[in-house]
Amino acid sequence: MTARIEPAFLKSLRTLLPADSLLTAPEDTRPFESDGLSAYRATPDVVALPGTEVQVAAILQLCHQHQVAVVARGAGTGLAAGALPIAGALLLVLSRLNQIKQIDPLARTATVQPGVRNLAISEAAAAYGLYYAPDPSSQIACSIGGNVAENSGGVHCLKYGLTVHNILKLRAWTISGELLEIGSESLDSAGYDLLALLTGSEGMLAIITEVTVKLLPRPERAQVVLAAFDDVTTAGAAVGNIIAAGIIPAGLEMMDKLAIQAAEAFVHAGYPLNCEALLLCEIDGVNEEVSDDIFTVREVLAASGATEIRTAESEEQRLRFWAGRKAAFPAVGRLTPDYYCMDGTIPRGQLPHVLRRIREMSTEYGLAVANVFHAGDGNLHPLILFDANQPGELAKAESFGGRILELCVEVGGTITGEHGVGLEKINQMCAQFAAPELARFHDVKAAFDPDKLLNPGKAVPELHRCAEWGAMHIQGGQLPHPELPRF
Amino acid sequence: MLTEYIDRIRAAHAAETPLVIQGGGSKAFYGNAAAGDVLDTRSLAGVVDYQPKELVLTARAGTPLAELETLLAEHKQMLAFEPPHFNGAATLGGCVASGLSGPRRPYAGSVRDFVLGIRMIDGSGQPLRFGGQVIKNVAGYDVSRLMVGALGTLGLLTEVSLKVLPRPAAETTLQFELDEAAAIQRMNLWAGQPLPLSATSWHAGLLSVRLSGAPSAVRAAQVKLGGEPPHEAGAFWQRLRDQTTPFFDKRPSTFNQSLWRLAVNPTTPPLNLGDAQWIEWGGAVRWLASDLPAAALREAARGCGGHAALFRGNAPADGAFAPLAPALLTLHRNLKQRFDPKGIFNRGRLYPDF
Repeated sequence: MTARIEPAFLKSLRTLLPADSLLTAPEDTRPFESDGLSAYRATPDVVALPGTEVQVAAILQLCHQHQVAVVARGAGTGLAAGALPIAGALLLVLSRLNQIKQIDPLARTATVQPGVRNLAISEAAAAYGLYYAPDPSSQIACSIGGNVAENSGGVHCLKYGLTVHNILKLRAWTISGELLEIGSESLDSAGYDLLALLTGSEGMLAIITEVTVKLLPRPERAQVVLAAFDDVTTAGAAVGNIIAAGIIPAGLEMMDKLAIQAAEAFVHAGYPLNCEALLLCEIDGVNEEVSDDIFTVREVLAASGATEIRTAESEEQRLRFWAGRKAAFPAVGRLTPDYYCMDGTIPRGQLPHVLRRIREMSTEYGLAVANVFHAGDGNLHPLILFDANQPGELAKAESFGGRILELCVEVGGTITGEHGVGLEKINQMCAQFAAPELARFHDVKAAFDPDKLLNPGKAVPELHRCAEWGAMHIQGGQLPHPELPRF
Repeated sequence: MLTEYIDRIRAAHAAETPLVIQGGGSKAFYGNAAAGDVLDTRSLAGVVDYQPKELVLTARAGTPLAELETLLAEHKQMLAFEPPHFNGAATLGGCVASGLSGPRRPYAGSVRDFVLGIRMIDGSGQPLRFGGQVIKNVAGYDVSRLMVGALGTLGLLTEVSLKVLPRPAAETTLQFELDEAAAIQRMNLWAGQPLPLSATSWHAGLLSVRLSGAPSAVRAAQVKLGGEPPHEAGAFWQRLRDQTTPFFDKRPSTFNQSLWRLAVNPTTPPLNLGDAQWIEWGGAVRWLASDLPAAALREAARGCGGHAALFRGNAPADGAFAPLAPALLTLHRNLKQRFDPKGIFNRGRLYPDF
């Protein structure tokens, strides 16, 4: 891998692509300097925007031949700096591969190119009463290629799964330009489950040029119940009680006081403001089942100590309840010059402990936190409020965020539920995995990409990096278990 | 206990002697024959952690599936992928390593969909841990799910964490007399509608459909679909899951035909490859009792967007499973080499060359 782009490589690259598909002038490439995590920026040296699969394969072959690294990018909505450009690498933007190739309503599948937006799939399938289930909050903008690369989730994961549960087949290319046809039109395929391995691999193993997704029938009815609590611990216990009653809600979301107030001020969702925590519990399915389950959910919530329970009385009100939750991030954004969104997952039972620790750390760092929580599946999104124009605040927010993620690992959870590791959480990977597991991750990478040309340096830390990070942490006296052997 | 397995694997690694991983032996017929010393997993037994409210169960790999399902039933929960037990001795490890799921699979997901994390020992004797006990987790490559269906060729599973689900409050089965083409059409059409389907089967002119969910939802769907309830519906699905009906009994010594599993696009019209056929999974799996050559069956399955596997009977010379495209075979070899460099685990069980 070279640290800069060689003229000979560029010359060959120009023969593969039309002039408007190749950007090299800084004023043209700067818009690609970051993904959705704008704290990390690097202007790419060269940006390629292929329009066909054949061009993708040719670009990869050329990069392999010249040992030029490749960073794949879709819509650029990622939140972990996974698509951050790397010096000397080519930024491969797949957004022009944006064709819906086929929708098969009887087989309930859609075959699409990677640049197709998540929501566009459901829109195209709506005519057949079908939809694509994973719905990350960026679904208006994010594209399916990136969803596969990050194994994206959304608010319906507990019932409908993540991206990995909702795709059937991929066409992908190795860095040497070989086609991989992975998965099948049936429900499984021969050999190892490379479909699972590629999903969430963050552009490190192969470049995806086609995805066949499963489509589901639109539920007959969806209904949402809102419940207020005067204590987050009580709200957390209510979540467990709903599940213990044998109900799998389509969505089960929790917001804390700061998030509720911000959302209410922003979209006027009609949330009660005199509470410490709010639960939104959505039930979908067959009409009769929804009625029965809503009845049960209300009973459970009342028995769990909810101070107020409301069932949306109309579709319009249901959407307004959700609008507050879906706008929670921008709503918090109005309260603060900057915010830093974390993405840890914890066993649900640990919620009270984790929220208490986050509050303590918030005091320690002097930075406020709003908590938005996919309570059904344990995925926590603390939003740390800070001001990047204040010297040292970004570093403080990052340090705080890192410690939240380490806390998630400490209670048996993970540093990322749905955003991916990218470059952002690369140090915390050292907290979650020991050297032998990290070595196996590098082995998996080597099985696909022995020259480390695809998105090098992302997702999996080098062992020496962990050693340095571990040493730094122990000096700071912040490591939860300093007695444990680190490497 | 774990150290005994680690020592044994390290010794086998050093001496390059192959090991055959075996739990209850309920799936010994599946895949190619592997030669070597038996590594019995059944002393790695017991539930490690079960939190019904978290919907997560963690158990050691040698734990019998029946024991886990009894425990789950006590808490009105279940393994939603309805794994086959076959002769009844199936263990958790074998269930995950084989990657086989039962009748509920097209509507609830496969064993791979429910695996959250694993502990394993690789071919050099190194214990490893991937994934975890939470439902959403995208840190690192999904090595846990890579192990599902790998037939033990990448390592010895020692512990598995699974997502579990509540048991449906009501369940009913309906039967319809329909020819094959109409049954396939019906299964696909219904799967595209908001119905509480949980299993489908067609054999000998009879389409069977199971509905699961809240009593009101099951009743409403029953009214909508019509059909007749069969006798002993529960036993019907269990016999199908465990393949204990005579159709699936293909012992090489007594039958000339083998049992083939063709996984295809569910909308594939009748295959016309003989009358001895059982359709499952909404049309996505076609079981064939056939004496046709492997090449013909594989070609037919490939043409329908899927693959064919010899399930019971005499495996062809190139193995029970559909040969891989060269680029994929290279990746398989590379992964095997990294996880089991001396090739000691279940040599040849998945593919003859590793």
